Amino acid sequence: MGQSRAGKRETPTGLWTKCDGCSAMLYRSKVEEKLDTCPECGEHFRIGGARRIAITADPGTFEEFGHELKGGDPLGFTVDGKSYGSRLVQERKRRGVNDACITGFAQVKGLRAVLAAMDFTFFGGSMGSIVGEKVALALETARDRGLPCIVFSSSGGARMHEGALSLMQMAKTSAAVAYHRTGRAPFISVLTDPTTGGVTASFAALGDVIIAEPKALIGFAGPRVIQETIRSELPPGFQRSEFLLQKGFVDLIVHRLDMRDRLAQLLEYCL
Amino acid sequence: MPGIEAQACLPFERPIYDQLQRVEEIRRALRALEEEMKALREEVPGAPPPPEAAKRLPEIERKHAELSRESKKEEDKCRALTLEVFGRLTPWERVQVARHPARPYARDYFERVFDDVLELHGDRCSGDDGAIFTGLARLGDRRVLLVAQRKGRDTRERLASNFGMARPEGYRKAMAKMRLAERFRLPVVCLIDTPGAYPGIDAEERGQAWAIAESILEMCRLEVPLVAAVIGEGGSGGALAIGVADRVYILENAYYSVISPEGCASILWKSRERASDAAAALRITAADLLHLGVVDGIVEEPLGGAHRDVDEMARRLKATLIGALEDLDGVPVESLLRSRYRKYREIGRHLFAG
Repeated sequence: MGQSRAGKRETPTGLWTKCDGCSAMLYRSKVEEKLDTCPECGEHFRIGGARRIAITADPGTFEEFGHELKGGDPLGFTVDGKSYGSRLVQERKRRGVNDACITGFAQVKGLRAVLAAMDFTFFGGSMGSIVGEKVALALETARDRGLPCIVFSSSGGARMHEGALSLMQMAKTSAAVAYHRTGRAPFISVLTDPTTGGVTASFAALGDVIIAEPKALIGFAGPRVIQETIRSELPPGFQRSEFLLQKGFVDLIVHRLDMRDRLAQLLEYCL
Repeated sequence: MPGIEAQACLPFERPIYDQLQRVEEIRRALRALEEEMKALREEVPGAPPPPEAAKRLPEIERKHAELSRESKKEEDKCRALTLEVFGRLTPWERVQVARHPARPYARDYFERVFDDVLELHGDRCSGDDGAIFTGLARLGDRRVLLVAQRKGRDTRERLASNFGMARPEGYRKAMAKMRLAERFRLPVVCLIDTPGAYPGIDAEERGQAWAIAESILEMCRLEVPLVAAVIGEGGSGGALAIGVADRVYILENAYYSVISPEGCASILWKSRERASDAAAALRITAADLLHLGVVDGIVEEPLGGAHRDVDEMARRLKATLIGALEDLDGVPVESLLRSRYRKYREIGRHLFAG
């Protein structure tokens, strides 16, 4: 929950990169061309919020809002002498963003929508007060302007460092979904690798349409927690997009290269 | 004070129970003396006491008076000790009180707080989850829908309630019955007590995240008053799934947290042994949650914790629940929903201002 690890599936930098799925050595620019998927096996690499917006919105149409929102350390949460507040400042500087979610207006193949994209590289994409605020703001803004809302989730869950306030973001964002539903425009929830915990168990599971990227880890409890509870191996493919599609919780799985087309297609049907 | 078995005693409660035992011993001695006095006095009713009794009675009365004073002193000591121990409980110790084996569970409140409880089973979809009770009940002169998380006292009950960890069907059952309540304009009362939603393969297969999310959304828009109380453990999303309410209360030694202290410790401190550090850092005590604005009020527990006087705890809980429902009486649906929305929309905002 909410702890950023050096994810091995994050897109590395450098001229060459090795695919985590098929171990092929890939030319970096080729990977970028394929929107950070493997040209050989189709493996989807994790991408940040800004990159997600860039590959989703029509060029030059993104107008960010809520960028000024910046959180603090309401609990004074400290681990072994290191405060959450100071880590936040450090992460902001390192990542060049204020928190783990970016929101704004954009056009997708000429259709206006509100977009939100979570960023797994910032505190594991965890939802604290700022992420919750931005997701709620995105949904409210969309509702008030009669626009669809598309949220790309990528999160380890609620952010522990803000304690019960993070838990309450689940209620806040779900309430905002309820509000968005009072309008006629759709809320499309896109689940990307990974989406777990309090994010899955709130707004992300509440889309009018729920899309998943291939092979994304999606669930409530993380695989390790389940393994510790049941004390046996998990079945192969458990909690992956294809598994959830089969169980009936995802409407469709969409390859990143097709995402814009599918989103536009859906928007056309729902508007 | 009810006797509490040795195995149901937390380490920091030990001195209190030792002292309680001393008090109990003195009381036993007092009772023996009283029996003896009664026997001597009653030997020949009306007649002057026989010479032997006349000789022994004053002696026994003197002993009795002395022991009574000592009893009073030891009781005061016990009280002071309990006050001292419970006055400086660490957050981690409070978590242990919330998980105390003798802690009153939802079921213990059913008969003490409610009347006419009628259980309604099943989620009309895939099953009937023993971890969540739903049913109709009377609370004072009101009819309500009662939703309560269950735990078990013995092995059979624990298995039946899956140790308080609900599966998707539990949340779907709660949701279905809440819609029923809405249809008949019954306010909803939720008693929260869970270590968390069940993290198992079957729960994931049936959409644990979806069930929790939908229940939360349902409660955000439900057109009847909602009152919730955390009576023991408020374990993360599994608790919030029946915890969105117009008024949320917490018992003094209960806790409510985004993650269990052990889970947090194992991730951030890389060791479950650091749970006490995590418990402190997470600000999960009733007083902290009130300050954070996560709960609207604290229900004070009897001295030494809810398990020391369940009847008194139930009286206080009942008064709190009734008071909350009275508060919400006659509030038009639109303003009820508007206030609920605002409440969750703005939670914690005061801590970020400036």
